[in-house]
Amino acid sequence: MALTKQEIAQRIAQELQDKWYVNLGIGIPTLVANYIPEGIDVEFQSENGLLGMGPFPDEGTEDADLINAGKQTVTILEGGSLFDSAMSFAMIRGQHVQLTVLGAMEVAANGDIANWKIPGRMVKGMGGAMDLVASAENIIVAMMHTNKKGESKLLKQCSLPLTGVGCVKKVVTNLAVLEIKGGAFHLLERAPGVSVEEIQNATEGTLIVNGEIPEMQF
Amino acid sequence: MINKVVKNAKEALQGVENGMTFMLGGFGLCGIPENSITELVNLGVTDLTCISNNAGVDDFGLGLLLQKRQIKKMISSYVGENDEFERQMLSGELDVDLIPQGTLAERCRATGAGIPAFYTPAGYGTEVAEGKETREFDGKMYVLEHAFDAQFAFVKAWKGDAAGNLIFKGTARNFNPMMAMAGKTTVVEVEELVAVGELDPNQIHTPGIFVQRIFQGKGYEKRIEQRTVTPKS
Repeated sequence: MALTKQEIAQRIAQELQDKWYVNLGIGIPTLVANYIPEGIDVEFQSENGLLGMGPFPDEGTEDADLINAGKQTVTILEGGSLFDSAMSFAMIRGQHVQLTVLGAMEVAANGDIANWKIPGRMVKGMGGAMDLVASAENIIVAMMHTNKKGESKLLKQCSLPLTGVGCVKKVVTNLAVLEIKGGAFHLLERAPGVSVEEIQNATEGTLIVNGEIPEMQF
Repeated sequence: MINKVVKNAKEALQGVENGMTFMLGGFGLCGIPENSITELVNLGVTDLTCISNNAGVDDFGLGLLLQKRQIKKMISSYVGENDEFERQMLSGELDVDLIPQGTLAERCRATGAGIPAFYTPAGYGTEVAEGKETREFDGKMYVLEHAFDAQFAFVKAWKGDAAGNLIFKGTARNFNPMMAMAGKTTVVEVEELVAVGELDPNQIHTPGIFVQRIFQGKGYEKRIEQRTVTPKS
């Protein structure tokens, strides 16, 4: 069975390491905060100027002056801090944030990512995505393996305008966990009940399958 | 002490003209200079270039200036959900320059800090870097980005004093401090204009040196774009 969006987030949460500062993008990445493994302390950075981001506020306590980068009302946890946008991106470009999780429209076997623009359609902008992917030590892309037409989103080369070049090292999709190195996707884990053949058929870029591929564990 | 206080938005915006370039603080609708935007609508100035992370929504924030077709060009990182913006952009009435958010912030900071240009890794290898100088440092590629030139910066702070010292609240800080540094004339509106001496100098976010005019704002709507809550169990 292919993973749900929640399960993709849950699998990504297993990648979190103790004492990491983490930036979560909009969509599936946001859900990662719901599955922090026990015994792991992480702090979430929101690029609009907030470290130590907490859950959504209790009804009636929402504050227009406290939002995340998705413009949603949030809370700040004890030990959190507030700062301006230049300092926020100093944290990001200066690699003080250990992990970035973001969504993508396309990822290529060379580590390129496209997630901000579809030519001919309304362009909303890249926000902080280009700064994040250009600098993060660890980038995990959370995405569906194929588009609505069933076409692969894990490609030889991105067809859409790029957000960053050669920057993605790990991808978690509804079908698989993959590592990108040496110009290829390396299959690390399968979604429970999904065969290597299914993953192969859904991956346009070169897929390397080494030995027995384990199922993801939840 | 140099007194920066002006009576109201009208007095604060004296000298604003057609064709000028402005910086406007805020992230989404959080921390936007509501009073100055309203006054810009009242003044009816046109052909404006606006540097702002976002472009408001249809009926609030910079959306109000878009409705009146006062903006010629937007320089932003994300323009979001704004039908009128989309219509003007697709019809070619509005020129839009989209740039990475960290680059936008740093370009504002550089403007106020006397740094004409800087290298950043953001956008290297993408269309953002097209036509720009690139350079390798320690095996990694960077793009040269330049400071801005803005006649006015419109900033919103939580508290301020007559000397122009500012304190921001929550995530309403965002682009405001860098834009305050960058404006040739920086106009600040505050929720609370306090007497000099009331703000603890240790807690000042933006020193008054960057501020030319400050006024007590009024009628803040502080609209929430995405109201998300944890339901009561």
